[in-house]
Amino acid sequence: MTRPCRKGDTVEALIALAVGLMTAAGIYLMLRQRTFPVILGLALLSYAVNLFIFASGRLLRNAPPILTPGVTAYSDPLTQALVLTAIVISFAMTALIVIMALGAWLETGDDRIDMDPDP
Amino acid sequence: MTIALIAVLPFVGAVFPGLMIRAGRNACAIVTGLVTLTALILLASQAPAVLRGEVVHSRIAWLPGIGLNADFMLDGLGLLFAGLILTIGLLVILYARFYLAARDAMGQFFTFLMLFQGAMLGIVLSNNILLLLVFWELTSLSSFLLIGFWKHLPESRQGARMALVVTGSGGLAMIAGLLILGNIAGSYDLDVILSQREAIQASDAYLPALILILIGAFTKSAQFPFHFWLPQAMAAPTPVSAYLHSATMVKAGIFLMARLWPVLAGTDAWFYIVATTGLVTMVLGAVIGLFKHDLKALLAYSTISQLGLITMLLGFGTVPAATAAMFHIVNHATFKAALFMSAGIIDHAAHTRDIRRLGGLRKAMPVTFAVAGIAALAMAGIPPLNGFLSKEMMLEEAAHTVWGGNPWVLPALATVGALFSVAYSLRLIAHVFLRRAQPTAGTQPHDPGLGLMFGPALLSALVVAIGLLPMATAAWLVDASASAVTGTAVTVKIAHWHGFGSVALWLSALAIAGGAAALFGFPRLLRLWDATSRPDAKHLFDVAMAGAVRAARRVTDGAHDGTVTRFLAIATVVIVGSGVWAFRSGTHSPGLRTATSVEPVAVIGWLVLMTATVALLFHHRSRLFALMLVGIIGLIVSVGFAYLSAPDLAMTQVTVEVVTVLLLLLALNFLPKTTPDESTSGRRLRDAAIAAVAGAGSAALIYALMMRDFAFPTIAAYHLENAKALGGGTNVVNVILVDFRGYDTFGEITVLGIAALVIFALTEMILSAGPANDRLMALKPNRGDAGDRHPLLFVVVTRMILPLALMVGVFIFLRGHNLPGGGFIAGLIVSIALLMQYMASGFGWTAARKRIEYHALIGAGLLIAGLAGIGSWVFGAPFLSSAYTYVDLWPLETFELATAAIFDLGVFLTVLGAVMLALASLSRLAVRSGEDINRAPYDAPLQER
Repeated sequence: MTRPCRKGDTVEALIALAVGLMTAAGIYLMLRQRTFPVILGLALLSYAVNLFIFASGRLLRNAPPILTPGVTAYSDPLTQALVLTAIVISFAMTALIVIMALGAWLETGDDRIDMDPDP
Repeated sequence: MTIALIAVLPFVGAVFPGLMIRAGRNACAIVTGLVTLTALILLASQAPAVLRGEVVHSRIAWLPGIGLNADFMLDGLGLLFAGLILTIGLLVILYARFYLAARDAMGQFFTFLMLFQGAMLGIVLSNNILLLLVFWELTSLSSFLLIGFWKHLPESRQGARMALVVTGSGGLAMIAGLLILGNIAGSYDLDVILSQREAIQASDAYLPALILILIGAFTKSAQFPFHFWLPQAMAAPTPVSAYLHSATMVKAGIFLMARLWPVLAGTDAWFYIVATTGLVTMVLGAVIGLFKHDLKALLAYSTISQLGLITMLLGFGTVPAATAAMFHIVNHATFKAALFMSAGIIDHAAHTRDIRRLGGLRKAMPVTFAVAGIAALAMAGIPPLNGFLSKEMMLEEAAHTVWGGNPWVLPALATVGALFSVAYSLRLIAHVFLRRAQPTAGTQPHDPGLGLMFGPALLSALVVAIGLLPMATAAWLVDASASAVTGTAVTVKIAHWHGFGSVALWLSALAIAGGAAALFGFPRLLRLWDATSRPDAKHLFDVAMAGAVRAARRVTDGAHDGTVTRFLAIATVVIVGSGVWAFRSGTHSPGLRTATSVEPVAVIGWLVLMTATVALLFHHRSRLFALMLVGIIGLIVSVGFAYLSAPDLAMTQVTVEVVTVLLLLLALNFLPKTTPDESTSGRRLRDAAIAAVAGAGSAALIYALMMRDFAFPTIAAYHLENAKALGGGTNVVNVILVDFRGYDTFGEITVLGIAALVIFALTEMILSAGPANDRLMALKPNRGDAGDRHPLLFVVVTRMILPLALMVGVFIFLRGHNLPGGGFIAGLIVSIALLMQYMASGFGWTAARKRIEYHALIGAGLLIAGLAGIGSWVFGAPFLSSAYTYVDLWPLETFELATAAIFDLGVFLTVLGAVMLALASLSRLAVRSGEDINRAPYDAPLQER
């Protein structure tokens, strides 16, 4: 499915590989036990997801969705609008998790995200 | 509209008691009573039409798409029940005013009572079974609150929980049953369903629907084997028992059977399930009731028995039996509510409800004796009281009904049930009132004041009145309700005397004689009863519940043991697994879309991204370096957006990247600078495997998606076509945000504002006294990395470019409708301009120059956006419709003024306020932690030099 990258390969393949790698790295970091790598992992995962949603509108070069007389080909504006708000919201969520992580660290002196299982 | 108003009034009225309790207990009760009285008057205003045989409707479209409408109707059956609910409700409110002690929260009690009243009225007035279901569940919930009202008593809490579990699970079964029924009928409207008897009874789904609906009805009306919750619910305050457990809630199941009688009754399945359950419940309840020593428990079992009687009558499926059922509903409500209220009075006066310790109250409480005595005689079915009339009708019907080919079973068992009813009723009179006072009773009981006595006295008067003049007092209501239930015009003839040839007369006489004999032989019977072993329903229930809780806990703890990583891993595996399963269950062919060729420069950017990501995986434990790598990745992503024709995204991503990195840098100031190496290599391998599969899956999925053309015409085509014409802008992304999907954007900036406020609140919490604050105060400033004053050049430059940066913000904002830009991006740009001041000149200097609180910005932004949306209502257009015009203002380019720009201004302010509030909150932590180098304004040293 995903071919190795060679010169002359397509943008689609590059984007797919980037989405895949960022997803994998995001999930791997998300599965660490300390708050900071988890936050970074979530940030990475949101890049991947945003790129995914954006790419689901298909890729076009030099065709921004700015209406111009005589131009008929535009990239998909709807996925862009969705991703635009998603970027801003994910900033808010990152900030929220950051302050929670800080609160937990300051409250307990511990930045592990796992509770010890109930005895 | 009146009918809907009747159902809604108690819900509105539920607000008042909680408020009026401040004005005193009388005011509170009066307001509650007035609301109920208003509803009753409204009901009475509709009664003449209903009694003429009309059905009054009021319909409000609610969710027409799924067939759910606020559709109310009032027919004879509804009139009977609504009348009972409101009349007895009024009496109970009066009674409760004097029953509740000073320490009881009366406002809360009446609020719960009104919620319950509204829910009950909703059930009996609904013309839509989905609506009925909603109200049905509401009665379960509000009765839970009422039964558990004395929450300091364990039996109160347990009784409430048991009632909720039993009636709640019955309700779940009923939901399924009613949905099946609606599916067969093709509509959820009751009047449509009721007209489809043949179709419903011919359907294969009839039996499952019937059984599921009956489970709901039986649990609610405490029919065997679900009867056990009702005695446990007697832990409720007595007004609740009188209201819920005699007159209203337990009759909801009866109501439902009566409501659906035209379509469900008349089959063998209906007869054998409903009539048999009713019969068993009637006999069992009466027998157990006789041996209960708690006055309220006796009444509870007698209620179970009487409900069984009504259920049996409905189960017969004949018009005369249904008519008798309606009559008995009225009679039972009158005498049983009177008896419950009397039981509460006796409890108050004698400080016990234990029949073994009571006695001689005939002399001590003559008025109570008269009231309770009449009601109990009616319950026993002694002529000429109303209980006699309906019980005789029941025996008459039972005598003519053949069960399983045997004509003797029903009359014999019905007579046994009646016999035990006589026995427990007479026991109540004899043991509580007539026999000598028991030596253990230490107090001097006496009759209560009028407030407590009025309700039961009035009900007992009704018992006598209906008993003596049934045709004048009750026949009209029975006619109306029975006609509504059966769908045929019923004209009932209620008489005391049917001649010596009447079977019912002899059965009735037999029951009374046998009941009296049972009372004389009571001590011997009691010994026999105590000697037999019986299953204890509460114990069985507790065991079953404990088992269910254990099983649930095992499942929950298995997945959620407090280890976040563990359930994140489980969730990821499940998601990836479903993806793989979905892929394998379909067919697949390669995509045919022409791929986009790539230029070398893009490959270089891509290589940087991939390298940074891989490096991040290996060096994430060095946190500052990891943060820089994330920044690089974010920048490349934003460049990628620009490369792939998404300039708005590129601008948003790059600005968000800046504030995110700043935010994380601030946080890292407090957090440890490295992540310890603590995972085992096995664990890393496991995580890497999960991550790799998920990554490969998402890459394959998006590649497959990109290599195909759209399967359907895209929504985007519509947006592209109409952005200019309808939204007045050429930047389609922005037009979508502020116009086409403005409602979504409004929701999103609301979330943004809430998140920022939560961050602020959490900061407040950290900064309030506690371990977090102590640890913060103890932090040593990091002199090595941050020990310098801000560089002078940086200070000067940031101050100089501030107006410029603000100007860019305004420019980006204004052009946003037509060219890349808009409220989101402008908000982020201005945030960064302000953040630069914080970074260069310090928190103190900047905070001192801040004129407007960031909270206010968020609030103002949301208000402006909301008002911009509402503004279109003035012009009769839907929320957030926009209008626009072009403005020529020299020396500026021609720009456009659109109402959407006002909305966009709201977006701008909210984004600005939210970003600034989030970062400023973190800075406050830094100031608290003793950051001292850059607290003073930079101006001072500048002047010194």
